[in-house]
Amino acid sequence: MNYEMTIGLEVHAELNTATKIYCGCKNSFGAQVNSNCCPICTGMPGTLPTLNEKVVEYAVKMGHALNCKINPVSKQDRKNYFYPDLPKAYQISQFDIPLCENGHLDVMIDEQGNTKRIGVTRIHIEEDAGKLLHDESFAGSLVDFNRCGVPLIEIVSEPDMHSSAEAKAYLETIKSILQYIDISDCKMQEGSIRCDINVSVALPGEPRGTRCEMKNVNTFSGAVRAIEYEAKRQIEVLEAGGEIHQETRRWDDAKGQNFLLRSKEDSHDYRYFPEPDLLTIVIDEEKIRRLKDELPELPNKKCKRYMDSYGLPYFDANLLTENPDKAAFFESCVARKNCKIKSVSNWLLGDVSRILNERNAVLADTSLTPEKLTDMIALIEAGTISVTAGKTVLDEMIFSDKTPKQVVEEKGLAQISDTGALEAIVQSVMDANPKSIADYKGGKTNVIGFLVGQCMRQSKGQGNPAVLKELIEKKIQND
Amino acid sequence: MELFELTAASLSEKLRKKECSAVEITRSVLGQIARKEEQIGSFVTVCEEQALKKAQQVDQKLAAGEALSPLAGIPIGVKDNICTKNVLTTCSSRMLHNFVPPYNATVAEKLEQADAVLIGKCNMDEFAMGSSCETSYFQKTKNPWNPDCVPGGSSGGSAACVSAGEAVLSLGSDTGGSIRLPAAYCGVVGLKPTYGSVSRYGLVAFASSLDQIGPLGRSVEDVASLYSVICGRDPMDATSAAREYGDFAKELNRSVKGMRIGIPKEYFGDGVEPKVKEAVMAAIDRLVKEGAQTVSISLPSTDYALSAYYIISSAEASSNLARFDGVKYGYRAEGYANLLEMYEKTRSEGFGDEVKRRIMLGTFVLSSGFYDAYYKRAKQMQQKIAQEYDEAFSRCDIIVTPTSPSPAFKIGERTNDPLKMYAADICTVTVNIAGLPAISVPCGAAQDKMPVGLQMIGPKFSEQTLFNTAGCFENLCGGFGVAPAMKG
Repeated sequence: MNYEMTIGLEVHAELNTATKIYCGCKNSFGAQVNSNCCPICTGMPGTLPTLNEKVVEYAVKMGHALNCKINPVSKQDRKNYFYPDLPKAYQISQFDIPLCENGHLDVMIDEQGNTKRIGVTRIHIEEDAGKLLHDESFAGSLVDFNRCGVPLIEIVSEPDMHSSAEAKAYLETIKSILQYIDISDCKMQEGSIRCDINVSVALPGEPRGTRCEMKNVNTFSGAVRAIEYEAKRQIEVLEAGGEIHQETRRWDDAKGQNFLLRSKEDSHDYRYFPEPDLLTIVIDEEKIRRLKDELPELPNKKCKRYMDSYGLPYFDANLLTENPDKAAFFESCVARKNCKIKSVSNWLLGDVSRILNERNAVLADTSLTPEKLTDMIALIEAGTISVTAGKTVLDEMIFSDKTPKQVVEEKGLAQISDTGALEAIVQSVMDANPKSIADYKGGKTNVIGFLVGQCMRQSKGQGNPAVLKELIEKKIQND
Repeated sequence: MELFELTAASLSEKLRKKECSAVEITRSVLGQIARKEEQIGSFVTVCEEQALKKAQQVDQKLAAGEALSPLAGIPIGVKDNICTKNVLTTCSSRMLHNFVPPYNATVAEKLEQADAVLIGKCNMDEFAMGSSCETSYFQKTKNPWNPDCVPGGSSGGSAACVSAGEAVLSLGSDTGGSIRLPAAYCGVVGLKPTYGSVSRYGLVAFASSLDQIGPLGRSVEDVASLYSVICGRDPMDATSAAREYGDFAKELNRSVKGMRIGIPKEYFGDGVEPKVKEAVMAAIDRLVKEGAQTVSISLPSTDYALSAYYIISSAEASSNLARFDGVKYGYRAEGYANLLEMYEKTRSEGFGDEVKRRIMLGTFVLSSGFYDAYYKRAKQMQQKIAQEYDEAFSRCDIIVTPTSPSPAFKIGERTNDPLKMYAADICTVTVNIAGLPAISVPCGAAQDKMPVGLQMIGPKFSEQTLFNTAGCFENLCGGFGVAPAMKG
């Protein structure tokens, strides 16, 4: 039977503030174990938290980006549970009055740029916990407190998604927005974005099914696998005449399976209550407004603009606007107005992306500038160099200080468009390929490509292919 | 009189006049500790070596002509729930029997800066939960007026050491009466400051929204001096109030002329022992003769205060004490098979009965399904009590009550009856619930000559008024001192 799945997501994103949420420790990843912590973030007796105001500002920005209502007065609460990576045995979070509520996010769901609106229930701030380490030289577990007190926002969606593709699009848009407003490093491999996924299935027209929550999903592709797996599992249970019980399951991406963590009966009673060590968070209206005004153009809007005013297809616009650095680079290129916009897009999404992927680098790691890229494209468009030569220029200049002109001169890549200089090459190629000429005359005009290719080879890539083609055609007709 | 019997103010003057040295003062106090500590048991830790070293430094500074604070060279006891860098801080619990903090509480840092001499860490009820100092894991502190009686709690060691001449001043903490009650039982002066006026950073939390560190001493001026040093905004404590504080000892005018003293009928009911009532009324009469006037007031919600207090304080305590899990510091049980068993054994063996009782109570009232019925209603009651105080203070300047319905009781008398034990706090808890300042001064004796405490409550940040009133009364009754049996 044709079940419909319903998905709700809780995304945890680590914020990239300079210091932690409740103490002055640096907020950085990768420090030596237990070197980046203090009596406060390790919950020593008598210590007290003080709120880092930046965390509030970052969360409010995200609230604006997701069209939320910003609560001018909100509070922090304690979520109580025992675990060795949680040194106070409670996490400071927000319970009944979060910073941001009732928002939504429009997610593009097809190549025409059509969107679907996903509700955002709330965004709240909270502190991260430490990490347990397991070392074979030691029988027990060890705790690294460096991550304790790293600021997090939790973004809770409404159960508005009905396919893994929609969930993935939502997650990618969230990540993209986090990058645009520059509040999270979004480094998946460092765990700076993690999500919990709620899935239920039901037959069309029937009330929503019982949901199960999956924890420990650390990649977007993992999210897709986890959703597909869980929906299938639930459908199998129902088809076999069984019943879905509300429970929490742990996703194991390596095994591609999830496992029961706890049933509803065993669920924690977190005994939330207002954090007495911290004051109510009060943000004045002026500041709320200012934070909204500071928001940059967000990816969805930008993507739409690229399609509408640059005439780019969705595929291009979507990829170009994926992260703010790429989009800014692209726009600087366009602003130079010395080459076609579509060419810039083709080069950025084609060869430039390929090189970056090979080197596992981003634009900022290279020496490529909008000037260098567009100058190079302009050389191609002016016929000064061939597309092939353009690739060589890019390879040469992307990690060096060289300009396209310098590379063209050094490597002698300028095209020969002078017919006199190309005449001899064309003649020798035609002499060597009488069968092709015959074929051409017999109507197989596409052999012209082969002949041009031969001429290019002889000219060591410098011949202007358009000029060569013209010369060949003229010669055959004159034969 | 021996040096250990003098007030900080007179010792400070002697130091300045070079009539004695700081080392002599510290030696005198250490001598009294050597003589009386076995009997009284005020301290968990006596810091003899460190204290003498600090006293020597003070003498060097004096010799070099440096300007010193009024507390320089004054031996001060600090309650054992206030973190002192490199000095054992146990909260009188097995759970922290070996805990040596790597940092100073803000108040400990301020004492250090003022060149006060840390003479020892004072015994207390375990994690400040108790009214008699009997729940300490280490020892039962005795009342210097009568060693068969409790010193009161939870800051029993802080009150006893001052009363016994084992310290000139001390710091306690007050969550529901824990400074004022032992001050009353031991016949010394104790101030519970306005919530937010003294930093809580480094005070091992019992109930964060009610806890406040405060001074105890043998004179109002001394207590005002110590309060002037420890109060003030601290960026490390978000709940500390941003405001300017004066020098309360300098501005002490001891005048009550024209002052309106509110007398709440609820605090003079049948539960209050006649002798206590008599002593308090006599004290009020003396203040009236000095120019004050009395106003009858009512604080009708007082009956519910104790319930609200035990719900709120236990709820916060259940969360605050969760960090004592054997993972990082303090006690860890031996012989466990897994994490859960480690937690259970550690907490079963590390905490005493009273602490466990409060953790269970607090856990229960915060549990889903019970939160609204208990915690939420207690918080509503808290607001109501605060409002009633606000209304009362529109009609009077301070409110006067007994500090406790009865004087110090016998050791062991109430240990098996928690409710009777909790009743000792009946006159003090509303002050914490409303975040107000209150001072307790000795005002006479009940049967068996045990001291009676007079409590004066003021609006927020009215400490100067409290000092002035208490100071006026101090003059009228000729001052206070060490307990008779403790004199040199």
